[in-house]
Amino acid sequence: MEAARKKFILQWADNSMILGQRLSEWCGHGPVLEQDIAITNIALDLIGEARYLYQILAVEEGKSEDDYPFMRKEAEFYNLLLVEQPNEDWAYTIVRQCIYDHFHYHFLAAVSRSKDEELAAIAVKSLKEVRYHLKFSSEWLIRLGDGTEESHQKMQNALNVMAKFASEAFLSSEADLWMLENCGEPDLAKLKETADKDLLEVIREATLSWPNQQTVRRGGKAGIHSEHLGYLLATMQYMQRTYPGMEW
Amino acid sequence: MTQVSSLEDRFLQIIDADEKIEPKDWMPEEYRKTLIRQISQHAHSEIVGMLPEGNWITRAPSLKRKLALLAKVQDEAGHGLYLYSACETLGIDRSTLLDQLHTGKAKYSSIFNYPTITWADMGAIGWLVDGAAIMNQVPLCRCSYGPYARAMVRVCKEESFHQRQGYEIMTVLCKGSEEQKVMAQDALNRWWWPSLMMFGPNDADSTHSELSMRWKIKRFSNDELRQRFVDMTVPQAELLGLTIPDKDLKYNEAKKGYDFGTINWDEFWEVVKGNGPCNEERLRARVEAHDKGQWVRDAAAAYARKQKEKSSLSKTA
Repeated sequence: MEAARKKFILQWADNSMILGQRLSEWCGHGPVLEQDIAITNIALDLIGEARYLYQILAVEEGKSEDDYPFMRKEAEFYNLLLVEQPNEDWAYTIVRQCIYDHFHYHFLAAVSRSKDEELAAIAVKSLKEVRYHLKFSSEWLIRLGDGTEESHQKMQNALNVMAKFASEAFLSSEADLWMLENCGEPDLAKLKETADKDLLEVIREATLSWPNQQTVRRGGKAGIHSEHLGYLLATMQYMQRTYPGMEW
Repeated sequence: MTQVSSLEDRFLQIIDADEKIEPKDWMPEEYRKTLIRQISQHAHSEIVGMLPEGNWITRAPSLKRKLALLAKVQDEAGHGLYLYSACETLGIDRSTLLDQLHTGKAKYSSIFNYPTITWADMGAIGWLVDGAAIMNQVPLCRCSYGPYARAMVRVCKEESFHQRQGYEIMTVLCKGSEEQKVMAQDALNRWWWPSLMMFGPNDADSTHSELSMRWKIKRFSNDELRQRFVDMTVPQAELLGLTIPDKDLKYNEAKKGYDFGTINWDEFWEVVKGNGPCNEERLRARVEAHDKGQWVRDAAAAYARKQKEKSSLSKTA
C-alpha cells in the first residue's frame, strides 16, 4: 500500500478512535439518562468506524486490528488536536462534537465520491451514522446556546476555547493531497467552505458567536500532539502494554 | 367498606386468573407501594450497575471488547429507562425516584458496591452477576403488574446475551496464559459470595416475601432461586477449570443439587447499611453526574418553553 494512503487511513481512523474513546468516558455519567445513551451510541459508531479502517491496514500489513490503537506511540497517532481535547463538561463535549461532526460529515460525503472503492464503501456506511451525530450535536448546541443565561455562557466559553482547534481538519497533509490527486477526493479546502457555512448557521441559531480569533492550533495530523493524548493512551493501552501478546 | 372489599375481590380475581393488573386498574395501596419499591430499586440497580463495568470501558483490552462492553453498559442505561417508565405508571415521577436514590432513601443491589479491580471482573460480572440477575428476573416476566412484566421480557433477553458474553470472557481467560487464569480465579473468588447474596436473605428472614408471593409479584422464594443458581453455575465453573471458593460445596444426590456453605450475612447487612467497599463512591458518582447535569436539564427545559411560546405566538398571528 502507498505510504500516503496508509497515512490517510490512519488520520481518519485515529480521529474516530480518539474521539470515541473520549466520548466513552461519559458512559454512566451523562447529564440525563437519554443523553448518556445517545453519547454512548456516538462513541460506538466512531470506534466501529475506526475498527473498519484499522482492519484494512491489518490485513495489508499482517497485523491485528488492535495493534493500531493499542500498540502505537503518541507521535504515531495522526488524529486532530480537536478530538483529543478533554471532555471537561457537557458544554465542551457538545461544542467539540458539533465542530467535528461538521467536518466529519462533509469529509465522508467527499470520500464516498472518491475513486478508492474500499474507502468509499466505509464512508458511505459511516455517513448514515454521522448524519445522526450531526443532527444530535447541532440540536444540543442550539438548545444549550439558546437555553438559559448560564447555559449560553458555558457554551460561548467552550466555543471560545475550542474554536482554535477547528481549522486543522481542513489543512491538507501530504496524504490528503495524495488522495485528492489520485482518487479525486477529498478536497479539504473546498469542504471547508460548506462545513463552515453550515456550522456558522447552527451557531447563529444557537445565539452564539464564533470568536474573533486568529489562532489556529495544529500538529495532530503530523503526530505532534497536546499533552492530553499521552494520558488518554496510557489509559487506553494499559492492558495491552501490561500484558503484551495475550488474547482477550 | 363493601366497595373496597369488592374492588379488592376483583383485584385478587385478576391475580388468581394469572391476568395482568394495568396502571388504571384499582390496586391495594400496599401493592402499589411494594411495586414502586421493587421496580425503582431495580431501575436504580441498573443505573448504579453501569459504574463498576463503566470503570473498564476506557481500559478494555481490545476493540472488540471495548465495543461489547460499551454496548452492554448502554443496555443497562436502557433497562433503567424502561424500568423508570414502568415505575412512573404507578404515579411517581423519575425525578422523585432519583431523589430517593441520591438521598439514600432508596436502595439498589448491593453487588454494585464491590470494586472491579481487574479485567476478569468484566467476565465474572457477566457470568455470575448477570446470571443471578436472570435467575431473579425471568420469573418477573410473569409478574402480575403488566408494565413491569413487559419491561422484564426485554430486559431478560438482553441480560442473557450479557451473561453469555461474560462467560465467553472467562473462557478466553481460562484458555490463556497462567497470569490470565489466575486473574479469572481471583475474580471468581471475589464475586462468588456476593453473587449468592444477590438473592436476598434466607426465606426465614425475608420481610417482603409473603405478600409479594400472594400478589404474584414474586413467584419463587430467595432460597429456591439461590439453589437453582448454584446448581446451574457449579458445572459451568468446572468447565472453565475454576474452583468455587466454598469448601462445603458438595453434590447432594438425594436432592439432586448442591449443598453449599453458609453465607456471611454480617457482610451482607454491612454492605446494605452502606459500609461496603464502594457504597460511597457509587452514590457520589451518581449524585455528581446528576448535579453536574442540572444546568443542562434546566437549559433544555427553558429552550422547550421558548419554542412552545414561539409556536403559540405564530399560531395566534
